[in-house]
Amino acid sequence: MTMEHVLVLGARSDIGKAIAHEFAERGHPVQLAARNAETLEADKADIELRYGVGATLHEFDVLETGSFDGFIDALPDLPGIVVCVVGYMGEQTENEGDAAAASLVMRSNFEGPAQILGAFANRFEERGSGTIVGVSSVAGDRGRATNYVYGSAKAGLTAFLSGLRNRLAKKGVHVVTVLPGFVDTQMTEGMDLPERLTAQPSEVAAATARAVERGRNVIYVKPIWQLIMAIIRNIPEPVFKKLSI
Amino acid sequence: MRLSGWGRYPVLETSVIAPRSVESLRSVVREGPDVIARGNGRAYGDSAIGRTTTVHTRHLNRMVSFDNQTGVLVAEAGVLLGDVIAAFLPRGWFPIVTPGTKFVTIGGAIAADVHGKNHHRVGSFRHCVEWVEVMGDDGEITRCSRASNSALFDHTLGGMGLTGIIVRAAVRLQPVETGWIKQKTIAAPSLQDAMNAFEAAQDATYSVAWIDCLSTGRNLGRSLVMLGEHAAVSDLPGRYARQPLICPTKRKKSVPMDLPSFALNRHTVRAFNAGYYWMGVRNGDTKLVNWDTFFYPLDAILGWNRIYGRSGFAQFQCALPIHRSRAGLTELLQAIAGKGMGSFLSVLKRFGPQDSPFSFPMEGYTLALDFPISDKTLILMDKLDRITLEHGGRFYLAKDSRMSANTLNRSDDRVTRFREARNVNGWRDRFRSAQSERLEI
Repeated sequence: MTMEHVLVLGARSDIGKAIAHEFAERGHPVQLAARNAETLEADKADIELRYGVGATLHEFDVLETGSFDGFIDALPDLPGIVVCVVGYMGEQTENEGDAAAASLVMRSNFEGPAQILGAFANRFEERGSGTIVGVSSVAGDRGRATNYVYGSAKAGLTAFLSGLRNRLAKKGVHVVTVLPGFVDTQMTEGMDLPERLTAQPSEVAAATARAVERGRNVIYVKPIWQLIMAIIRNIPEPVFKKLSI
Repeated sequence: MRLSGWGRYPVLETSVIAPRSVESLRSVVREGPDVIARGNGRAYGDSAIGRTTTVHTRHLNRMVSFDNQTGVLVAEAGVLLGDVIAAFLPRGWFPIVTPGTKFVTIGGAIAADVHGKNHHRVGSFRHCVEWVEVMGDDGEITRCSRASNSALFDHTLGGMGLTGIIVRAAVRLQPVETGWIKQKTIAAPSLQDAMNAFEAAQDATYSVAWIDCLSTGRNLGRSLVMLGEHAAVSDLPGRYARQPLICPTKRKKSVPMDLPSFALNRHTVRAFNAGYYWMGVRNGDTKLVNWDTFFYPLDAILGWNRIYGRSGFAQFQCALPIHRSRAGLTELLQAIAGKGMGSFLSVLKRFGPQDSPFSFPMEGYTLALDFPISDKTLILMDKLDRITLEHGGRFYLAKDSRMSANTLNRSDDRVTRFREARNVNGWRDRFRSAQSERLEI
C-alpha cells in the first residue's frame, strides 16, 4: 500500500516538526513547508534516516496569499493530507495599540491559514478525497482580555474549518480541527504553564494523527481542556466581563 | 526553575535553556557565566544541574547520517538511545553498549561514559564512540577522537560534561540478526556463588546479577545471575522467526503518583526480595526474552522513581578492584543488611578492564543500590563510602548526589589530573554543575 503524502505547513515550529515525525513514523512521505525552507535540511535528513520515508522541502509564506496556487502547483505530489500549524501569538498589549501588529496576528492565524486550506479544499474536492487539518486554539473558544486579538483570529479559523467540513462532508474530503490548549513550545517558552494542562508537541502530533485516522471532527488534545472551555464558554457575559482569566 | 535528577534529590534552583540551534547554543555558552549540559535528566543526582545555567539538549536531537557498511551513526547529542533502537533495530542494528535505560541521550552516555551488561567483554560506551564534537567556552566546536585532539576525547568520555558541551558524535552500532536475547538465569545462594558464576561466565556476551541485599548469614549476597546472548534467527520459534527484528511490545505501565514513604520498608522489601529470588530459582534455566525486557526491565514502568515518595532517593554505586572485591562486597552487604535498609533494585556486575582517564569502571565488581532519602540512609551511605575507600574502590558520578569532595579525592587519584586539565584548558571557568561544585572538580 502506498501511503498518502502529508504536507505540513509551518514545519519549523515545534508542533509542525512533531507532526511531521509522527506521520513519517507511520510510514507517510512528508512535505515540509516553511519560510526559508532550505534551513530545514537537517530535519529532512533526520526524518529520512529515522523512518526510511521520503521528505521534501517547500518554500511557503502564509502571508503571501497570492502565491498559494503556484505553491500548490509546484508540489511534486498533491498531498493526501495537509496539516496547517502556522500561527503567531504576538503581544496582546502591542496588538491593542498597533494596528500593524494586530493585522499581522490576524493574517497569520486566520487569513493566511484559511486561504491556503481553502485552496487545498478546492483541489481535494475536485479529486474527491483528502484530509485537511487546521491547528486552531482554545483561545478561539471565547475572547478574553489577555489575548483576544490572537483568540479572535483563531475563532475565525475554527469557524472557517467548521464551515469547510460542512461543505465537504459529502465530497469525500474530511476536515479536522485540532485545539491543543497549552503546549510546551518555543511560543510559550518562559511562560509559567500548569504542567497538567500543558501538552508536549509529541502529544499534539499523536492526537492529530489519531484524529485523521479515525475521521474525528474537532479534538481537544488534552480532554480536560474540553471541560475547561465548556465552563468558560458558559459563564454569563455579565459575570465574564468582570473576570480576569 | 527548580530542577533535580532522576533520584529527585537534591532539588536545586537553576535557569534552564533549551536551544534550538547550534547558533543559539553558542550564544548561551559564550554568555555564561557558567553552564552545564543536560540530556534527558537520567543522572540520579546533581550532575546535570547547572550552578547558574542548565542547557537542555532536547531540541538538538537529529540523526545526521548512517553508514550501513560500518554501522556508524552520526547524531546530535540529544538523540535518545531508544530512538536509535527504534530507527535501526528494524534494519538489523543495535547499540554496542547500553546502560539499563534506553531513555538516555547519546551526549549523556558519552559524558558519563556509561557501561552495560557487556562491560567485561567490550568496556564502557567509549568503545563504540568514533568521535565527539565538543563546544568549548568560546563557542567553537572541536571534533575529537582517539587519533586527533585525543586529550579532549579522553577527558570528555566520562568527563560529566565538564569539558564542554557535547554537540554531535559518531557512534558505532553492531549488526544483530534478531531483537531477541537468549537469557540464562543462574541462582546463586551466596555472594561467593554469584562471583563464581560471573568468573565462569567471562565468555558470555552479557552478564549481570540482581542481588538480594537484605539476606544475611549464609545467604548473604544471594543473587540471580543473568547471562545473555543475541539470538540468531534459527533460535526463534516460527511465529517470531518471520519478523525476527520486530518484538511484540507490552503496554507500558506508569507510576501515577508518589508512593507514601511507608510503602517501602524493610518488611515489604525483604518479602519482595525473597519472593523474587525464589521465583528466579523456579523459573531458572534458559529462555528467550526480547531486547526491551532484557536490557531495560525498569523502562517498562514509566516514572518508577516515584515509588520512593516525595523526598526522593539516592543511588549508591561503587566499583571495587578485583582482588578486593570479595572482602569489600561482603563488608558492604553486611552493613546494608545489618541496617535492613536495602532496596529491591540492587545490581551486581563484573567489570572488565577499563583504560581511560576519568571513567568510572575498573576491573573488578560493581554494586549499585537505591535508598530512599532519609537521615538514616544518608548516614549509611557515608559508611558505605568509607568501606569502599578502604578497599580501594571508587564511585559512579552519574549516580552520586551526596558524597563529599574529600571522599572523591581519596577514592580516585585521577581526580587531581582531571582537575588540572580543567584548569589548564579553561573548562573550569565555564562548565560547572552543582555536582562539580560540590566535589570541587
